[in-house]
Amino acid sequence: MQLKKLVVAAASVTLLSSSLASADTLTIATVNNGEMIRMQGLTDDFTAETGHTVEWVTLEENVLRQRVTTDITTKGGAFDIMTIGMYETPIWGKNGWLVPLDDLSAGYDADDILPAMAGGLSYDGTLFAAPFYGESSMIMYRTDLMEKAGLSMPEAPSWSFIAKAAREMTDRDNDINGICLRGKAGWGEGGAFITAMSNSFGARWFDKNWNAQFDTREWSDTLNFFYNMMSDAGPAGFATNGFNENLSLFQQGKCGMWIDATVAASFVTNPKDSTVADSVGFALAPDNGMGVRSNWLWAWALAIPAGTQKEEAAKQFIEWATSNGYIELVAANEGWANVPPGARTSLYENANYKDIPFAKMTLESILTADPNNSTVDESPYVGIQFAAIPEFAGIATDVSQEFSAAYAGQQSIAEALAKAQALTNDAMEAAGYR
Amino acid sequence: MARTVTPQKKILNTALSWTLAIIIFFPIFWILVLSFKTEGDAIRTPIEVLTSTWTLESYSIVQERSDYLKHFTNSIIIALGSTVLGIIIGVPAAWSMAFVPSKRTRGILMWMLSTKMLPAVGVLYPIYLIFIELGILDSRTGLVVILMLMNLPIIIWMLYTYFREIPAEILEAARMDGASLTSEILYVLTPMAVPGIASTLLLNIILAWNEAFWTLNLTAAKAAPLTAFIASYSSPEGLFFAKLSAASVMAITPILIMGWFSQKQLVRGLTFGAVK
Amino acid sequence: MSTKHSRSLARIMIAPAVFALLVWMLIPLSMTVYFSFKKYLPLRGGDLGWVGFENYSRFLSSSSFWPAVGTTIFIVGSVLVITVILGILIALLLDQPIWGQGIVRIMIIAPFFIMPTVSGLIWKNMFMDPTNGFLAHLWRAVGAEPIQWLSHASVASLVTIISWQWLPFATLILLTAIQSLDSEQIEAAEMDGAKPIGRFFFIILPHLARAITVVILIQTIFLLSIFAEIFVTTAGAFGTKTLTYLIFQRVLESQNVGLGSAGGVYAIILANIVAIFLMRIVGKNLDN
Repeated sequence: MQLKKLVVAAASVTLLSSSLASADTLTIATVNNGEMIRMQGLTDDFTAETGHTVEWVTLEENVLRQRVTTDITTKGGAFDIMTIGMYETPIWGKNGWLVPLDDLSAGYDADDILPAMAGGLSYDGTLFAAPFYGESSMIMYRTDLMEKAGLSMPEAPSWSFIAKAAREMTDRDNDINGICLRGKAGWGEGGAFITAMSNSFGARWFDKNWNAQFDTREWSDTLNFFYNMMSDAGPAGFATNGFNENLSLFQQGKCGMWIDATVAASFVTNPKDSTVADSVGFALAPDNGMGVRSNWLWAWALAIPAGTQKEEAAKQFIEWATSNGYIELVAANEGWANVPPGARTSLYENANYKDIPFAKMTLESILTADPNNSTVDESPYVGIQFAAIPEFAGIATDVSQEFSAAYAGQQSIAEALAKAQALTNDAMEAAGYR
Repeated sequence: MARTVTPQKKILNTALSWTLAIIIFFPIFWILVLSFKTEGDAIRTPIEVLTSTWTLESYSIVQERSDYLKHFTNSIIIALGSTVLGIIIGVPAAWSMAFVPSKRTRGILMWMLSTKMLPAVGVLYPIYLIFIELGILDSRTGLVVILMLMNLPIIIWMLYTYFREIPAEILEAARMDGASLTSEILYVLTPMAVPGIASTLLLNIILAWNEAFWTLNLTAAKAAPLTAFIASYSSPEGLFFAKLSAASVMAITPILIMGWFSQKQLVRGLTFGAVK
Repeated sequence: MSTKHSRSLARIMIAPAVFALLVWMLIPLSMTVYFSFKKYLPLRGGDLGWVGFENYSRFLSSSSFWPAVGTTIFIVGSVLVITVILGILIALLLDQPIWGQGIVRIMIIAPFFIMPTVSGLIWKNMFMDPTNGFLAHLWRAVGAEPIQWLSHASVASLVTIISWQWLPFATLILLTAIQSLDSEQIEAAEMDGAKPIGRFFFIILPHLARAITVVILIQTIFLLSIFAEIFVTTAGAFGTKTLTYLIFQRVLESQNVGLGSAGGVYAIILANIVAIFLMRIVGKNLDN
């Protein structure tokens, strides 16, 4: 260990003496989403600007989560920047594991970050991760099929309208499903969707004393409504469909409606990948007249683990990747429809972006989502499609597995809810909440 | 064991074997086909897939996006390194168990095998902490050591069963002739053991190449082998069958070719004492 | 030949291996046992003190525990049965003279070289996907409704995938064993007028006993800890949660290291029960 200490000491001395001039190599862990892969392709621009080089570790979402969580909790230091979400940021920030991003340069214009995003990526008023892109959820629907069904989509529809429209639009002979929704197990997949949906039905995960609420009528209503609608108007095998499966179904023209992440709008309107690109309309996620809509709020953001020796370079990278300059770079290369959405206010004031068909509805969806007041009845947690407590991911994965088993017909909805209730209470007890 | 059979029977057996072989091999053949298609074509019906145009697009996208050569080199170093190290440690151990057996030999052997049943996930945190402490996180050295330890029981067992088939009389005869222990090992034992060592080597290279838990969880950018390369194509947004197929083909081809070319050597020692 | 000299030398030679494995086993094992008695939640401050046997009783009383044990045993058992039976049949077939034996052999052993992650991904996406998968296209071509493999037949699908990977291994070992069978024995039996079926049960099968036990032993060791195949296909949903996967969920998804470690200790105990059980049957077979 002596040698290691010596090396560390030597390294920090050199770092001090040459922190401005030296060129670092940053190791960045990120998810294999389209926006991040595009960023990877543009890294040369960052290197040209600052002299720092970047090594990418691009992983599938589940592997990434597992990887970065192990590293941050053990202070492993394998990464200089990690791509994390709105769920992890406040929890890690609270533990002091992230470098506060409160001293970014003036040119970066941190005040331009959408307040909803900045709020979700802060703990105690301090920003701990900078949003690369942000999203809510909304309805994407086929204008041609809607017309054919003799209906017109209101800007802010109710669940009963959606269920009716879904059944009307379904055309099994032509392989058209009225509605495609996530049923896949996993807290970030079907779990996120059903939780956001349940909010609009007046349900919540926990009461003020952290008791699980799956034995309430609201949850039973949510699940039954979802299951019945999907059985009548959803694709076969919806119990295993997540974001990606539904995207592909929608692009192939097999869905009348799809309620999912706002970032999907640029994929379904891109004529290169989508067969229905010119007939997609957008509307706010449905509600039930109870004052809460069913849209969520999420951001993929870049954060720096505390203890990295390349803090300065890492900050430079974050400033580069989440700046207006980066948005313009992407716009110049790939067009305005492909810039990372949902992170900055100025993007939605930009004249070039105004013509993008989904820009307005994306912003409105983001603005109507409030993580601090996500449920009809008061709840003790922050977050819309999740509860920002460390135990949530594990519990919600188990719960969503029970739900998916019910969607697949392996158990009844009542059984799934009873199991969810028991396992949630059990896990909360284990964690010392109850 | 060449026996004569009637031509009818030979035709029947041939047809049956080929059918089975084609079914078993089909998944691999199919990803090879899909890897030369565009994303849009890759999800069509099989006939449409086969008749659509062939393209190298997916390979060039994969090549552009990730540094295949780096992952490939890491895989080679980690697989070879851990296996060779394992054999260096394993040969003497297997030798002594095979030729100087004691009452405890079987117990030790079984104990070694039982260490393989330790569920890796359960010890991820302890191992990760140790790796940080030793400063070998995201290093090929660390992975070489871990994979060597993972496979050492198999290595020892394979060598042990192989060595045991070498008649002890030969060694005794050599010793009578006044051969020293070193020359006994070098000139008598080793030549006889080469096939066994070769097949142990091959099997463990395969096992190490395909190991996906430790190689993924203990690496970041520097030491990441092909398993990490695959993880960046596994379920991205949008259509991905063609890219995933191309990446899969790139990850499995080296080991598949090695396996095919050396299957005779591999099989010779792959009996774990199953054949007497 | 076991002189005193060679005995002590043997001990020296075995020492590095034993030492390495001892370290490999004892350090993580003792740390697992240590954590299992702690309330250890990495996301909530790490070590929160001793809790006695609480983790053990909680892991055992969780509604997922016994189903997970059942699933583990079912998957391991089914894969063993399938690979051994199919392995024997294929080995018998390959033992016959056929045209193109070399190529057939190469094709049959190929799955053994595929990474578990890759084979999971291939099967899940390119074959079992209910919309775009090969099997879905095939089902539709004959006018049938595609099967939702990974949700409606989840365990069976996993068994298929894993059997596909391990069949070559079983086939290779069994084939070597069959080929070592004295052809004179068979010919003698043929002379005696033994029917093919009788020949199989009275001569070939007993001869294969040793090879079968080896296949079972080695495969069990690997199958008890299968992880990648489940991780990339169902992620433990639809009744495919094995004990290993349950531990993974507790440690990494729920971030409860104490609880997961207790699970790890149970898994080690289960593995050792299986091992002792196997040794009893297998060990005898291997010694004579």
